[in-house]
Amino acid sequence: MEAALRTIRDKVHAGHRLSEEDALALFRTRDILLVGEMADFANRRKNGDRVYFIVNRHINPTNICVNRCQFCAFSKTQGEPLAYTMTMEEILRRAEEASLQKATELHIVGGLHPDLPFDFYLLTLRTLRERFPEMHLQAFTAVEIDYFSRIAGLTLDEVLHQLKEAGLGSLPGGGAEIFDPEVRNRICPEKISGDRWLEVMEAVHAAGLRSNATMLYGHVETLESRVDHMRRLRELQDRTGGFQSFIPLAFHPKNTQIAKGDTTGLEDLLSLAVGRLYLDNFAHIKSFWIMVGPKLAQVSLHFGVNDIDGTVVEEKITHAAGAQAGQEMTVSELVTMIRQAGRVPVERDTVYNVVREWPQWQA
Amino acid sequence: MEGSAAPGTGSRGSTGGRWEEILRRADSERPTVEDAALLLREAPLFALGRAADRVRRSLHPDGAVAYIVDRNINYTNICVCGCSFCAFFRDPSAPDAYVLSGEALSKKIEETLSLGGTQVLLQGGLHPDWGIEEAERLVRAVKRYPIRLHGFSPPEVWHFANRSGLTIREVIVRLVAAGLDSIPGGGAEILDDEVRAKISPRKIGWEQWAAVMREAHRQGLRTSATMMFGSVEAPESIARHLLRVRDLQDRTGGFASFIPWTFQPGNTALSGDPGFGESALAGFGHAVGYLRVLAVSRLLIPNIRTVQVSWVTMGAKVAQLGLFFGANDFGSTMIEENVVASAGVAFRMSEEEIVATIRDAGFQPLKREGPPCST
Repeated sequence: MEAALRTIRDKVHAGHRLSEEDALALFRTRDILLVGEMADFANRRKNGDRVYFIVNRHINPTNICVNRCQFCAFSKTQGEPLAYTMTMEEILRRAEEASLQKATELHIVGGLHPDLPFDFYLLTLRTLRERFPEMHLQAFTAVEIDYFSRIAGLTLDEVLHQLKEAGLGSLPGGGAEIFDPEVRNRICPEKISGDRWLEVMEAVHAAGLRSNATMLYGHVETLESRVDHMRRLRELQDRTGGFQSFIPLAFHPKNTQIAKGDTTGLEDLLSLAVGRLYLDNFAHIKSFWIMVGPKLAQVSLHFGVNDIDGTVVEEKITHAAGAQAGQEMTVSELVTMIRQAGRVPVERDTVYNVVREWPQWQA
Repeated sequence: MEGSAAPGTGSRGSTGGRWEEILRRADSERPTVEDAALLLREAPLFALGRAADRVRRSLHPDGAVAYIVDRNINYTNICVCGCSFCAFFRDPSAPDAYVLSGEALSKKIEETLSLGGTQVLLQGGLHPDWGIEEAERLVRAVKRYPIRLHGFSPPEVWHFANRSGLTIREVIVRLVAAGLDSIPGGGAEILDDEVRAKISPRKIGWEQWAAVMREAHRQGLRTSATMMFGSVEAPESIARHLLRVRDLQDRTGGFASFIPWTFQPGNTALSGDPGFGESALAGFGHAVGYLRVLAVSRLLIPNIRTVQVSWVTMGAKVAQLGLFFGANDFGSTMIEENVVASAGVAFRMSEEEIVATIRDAGFQPLKREGPPCST
């Protein structure tokens, strides 16, 4: 075993925090079995054999976006052939379907639309909350929150206050990409900076809302910039404790302006495992099966992951970039996949209350 | 670690650390079927990975991972076997039943050569009208081209012998004379007749499969051996399969590689069987189960040098991880694959992707031109 890894293993077993050098060494090693063992140990110390999933539905109300990030295959400029904006009826129809399927969450993110006013988003939340009070509304990335404050001429605090009043329950973790300005300049020059993303999240947490944190990897970033990204997340989490889960997102190159192969299985597993080991103040590490495929998502349950997201139903963003996985997994498929991995499936709500727990598999 | 012994959890249940003892001794002595099954059920995933990786490293200290550019050609989908796990076969009267024409065959081979391919993997259904002459004609048609021919799994060889009233020996002699280079290990499924009675009652039994392989090896042909798991078999049947292949190899030394893969349930009669759901849940036909079986295969068959990943059924990502669970071969580019695809699974990998995937895992890609060689 490499000496650096031995030190890391001792730290992990003792429950000591890893340094940025440690995280880098983990990203660089190909001793994947050791990384897996350590991440599995750290995960099970926190979460035992439980693996969470959620019955949810994604709604992407518009793909029209004033930002045109290089890595994004989803966004369109207004007037382009495939540009769309859902009417309130279309949004409600999706919510209705979700409600019938006993979803506990609507996950709503979209492009930065040039014309829709802030009031449209407030109205959407209010309408959904009134019609479907049983579903938690997890909506709007930090990028959208910043955009709302600009189009409405309001402070972040005011925007968040009004959204919360209208029914916002929590925020997803998108738009983080990689915080490093050099990387951001290359892949999403028009998007808010990493500093601003973190500032928005700090305001979100101060407003009493929880959120997630993501990291888009596998494009032009360096391993150092991944570690820098995670360091800044860990620092903010130390201050606010408001992040629920860390979700590494595998870059999908198809239909984007970045020429690159798909991420490899090792790259995916390392991102998840290093997340588990380095982000010691995050309770949940989520492997999004849409991104890495259901097979690798199942394997990742042995590499530090304790959450495989949800039933999803309709996913547009990753599929626009050529994701091969389906758009939906049934509860029974998710439960089977978790049990076959030897873990205990737990259906959760957005804030990790247990909705239903399945008994441990008896051979 | 919680109490009950879930498959694949590695929970230290009722048997304590028995798996540890079995793993420790697996290097030096042949485990029993029961012990091997216990490994499959109870050893933690990473303990299996480590033990398998040790065997892989001692056999291939150079860190080479080989692959081949070849093409799967399925000369017919008409098959009298009608196995319940198969989504590929057709009745002769089915609208999409086919026998490949000579022109189509030539075109496929020419494409393969133009892509730098060096081998054709030729397999087909057990066509009711096909005997040795049809098979010989097909072999000669392929061998008009400068390309290796890896063809006819044991059930096909047996079928030709039956149809033409020949012995297995005579069939193989004639196929080799026509140009056959090596024999694929398909049709093995699970080498346990209790399982075969359930999923492939009309296919040859395990001893006949072994007899064809022994004869091929006796005539100096190299073959592979395969295993399709994750249908209805118990871990004991997987263990029996692995140990039977090991014993055969002890006698002949003719197996160049071992290739396990998982049953693909889409569009099969078996997946509609109400009994299947329960056995699937308890079985190994999923990604984590695949890695466990791959590792145990490497451990239990130390006398076959090469263990191959199945990216066709598992995808590139899990296949790459398989290189840390005992495998040292990435298989083939396929170019075309029909059997697994009939079950609705369509993973694809180009030569470039295979090479990049091997490199990314820290291994040395090595292009081979036939079965993995013995040196």
